[in-house]
Amino acid sequence: MPDPQPAALRRTPLTAVHERLGAALTDFAGWQMPLRYRSETAEHQAVRTAAGLFDLSHMGELRVTGDEATAALDYALVSDISAVRVGRAKYTMITGADGGVIDDLIVYRLADSDYLVVANAANAATVAAELASRAGRFKATVSDQTDDYALIAIQGPRSPAILSRLTDTDLTQLKYYAGYPATVAGRDVLLARTGYTGEDGFEIFARPDDATALWEALTEAGEGSGLIPAGLAARDSLRLEAGMPLYGNELSRDITPFDAGLGRVVKLDKSADFVGRAALARRAEQASPRTLVGLIGLTRRVPRHGFAVLWDGAPAGIVTSGGHSPTLAQPIAMAYLSAEAAAAAAITTTQARDDQADDGRLAIDIRGSAEPAMLTRLPFYTRDARGTQGTQG
Amino acid sequence: MSVPEELYYTAEHEWVAISDSTARIGITDYAQRALGDVVYVSAPAPGTRVTAGDPCGEVESTKSVSDIYCPADGEVTEVNPEVDDDPGLVNSDPYGAGWLFKIRLDSDDDVPPGLLSAIEYSALIQDEEQ
Repeated sequence: MPDPQPAALRRTPLTAVHERLGAALTDFAGWQMPLRYRSETAEHQAVRTAAGLFDLSHMGELRVTGDEATAALDYALVSDISAVRVGRAKYTMITGADGGVIDDLIVYRLADSDYLVVANAANAATVAAELASRAGRFKATVSDQTDDYALIAIQGPRSPAILSRLTDTDLTQLKYYAGYPATVAGRDVLLARTGYTGEDGFEIFARPDDATALWEALTEAGEGSGLIPAGLAARDSLRLEAGMPLYGNELSRDITPFDAGLGRVVKLDKSADFVGRAALARRAEQASPRTLVGLIGLTRRVPRHGFAVLWDGAPAGIVTSGGHSPTLAQPIAMAYLSAEAAAAAAITTTQARDDQADDGRLAIDIRGSAEPAMLTRLPFYTRDARGTQGTQG
Repeated sequence: MSVPEELYYTAEHEWVAISDSTARIGITDYAQRALGDVVYVSAPAPGTRVTAGDPCGEVESTKSVSDIYCPADGEVTEVNPEVDDDPGLVNSDPYGAGWLFKIRLDSDDDVPPGLLSAIEYSALIQDEEQ
């Protein structure tokens, strides 16, 4: 029997533009997306030092409207949605009754009873169905509007200057995690100051028919400012340096927000009951059996998702994301480490730093070889207040 | 996709330049494009005995890692120190400054058995692209 034909990959309103630019395209969550245009390292550096342009149209856009839209989201999500003001955004999560993470989300409050919920591409259909089911007892409607939006991100320290050439909106008034209607290059969009790179930047939700014109206008406005298109490879290394979780790596149905060090997004004391509350309240009281940590590889071999972390030669955790950090010029990884190993490693790392040596007790199993590693505080990279390059480790 | 005519190739996307019983080895333009930016190369140390077809090193890129398979029997004589300092040379100049290592061939035959010509290798990567 021949293999069944793979389902056709979904194209974004910008896929033809990426093809014209010579991008290497990859299958990502059923979408044909640009992995890199030329060098992913150059794209990464452009976002850290100038600006990068991303097509994120694969992300899921779910619209929640109706008189009780706020109550529906308060019940469906772990955060206090009623506290989010119109024109602001909130990073939050949807969990199962057991507290396991179904997806991490950004919720934009467009109007009193009108929300745009942005979900990961791979989870969009699941989240849409789950939200619809949870909204069933409220006067609220959930619709999957993924195909109604193109999403373009411009990220990097020069993105405000570049964007200001195309809009009358006063960008100094558009705060981090705010978003509201604006006109960019003559097109009506939802303009938000959000991102996934650790840099200042914007996400532009536009009509699919306007996507190419916006992309080209941004490209032109960024000429001479070092703006280049950036693919998913750079997006992943940027978010890893910024210590931001990726669903499927740091987050999954088997992980609670507390395990991921993101307990702050869970609002146990909000007035509304919500799905997962009882389980999450219990988890909040317990010490976490595992801790999400940052690791720096002390050799040049690169840790990858799924590699074992060793403490005194025995498995003590697992790498969730790993890669070569262009900014630190070292291998870096996020990993879940057993609470005991994390505590022991934290103590010895402090001592090792004092005498500029490493005792080799903490290591990553890289294809059968125990490569020494060092614990570090997350994130690996933080931009300083001026938006120029700075690191923290 | 550059495939220089004067070189020999392996199905594992390495190139081999042969002169005076010495083979200089690197990865092809096709391989470096498929891998993405190279961040680390591990080549066998000088003096190491190598056997054709055996893995003898690795090329690590931002997204993946690939074994280097030795294209012929021999002894490693030299490793490119420039690539150790700047692995990006494998991307920017895969057939030149980005060479990986040299071996002294055991055989006195001009060309070790099993290597592909530029025409054969071009056909192979065309097949892989489909």
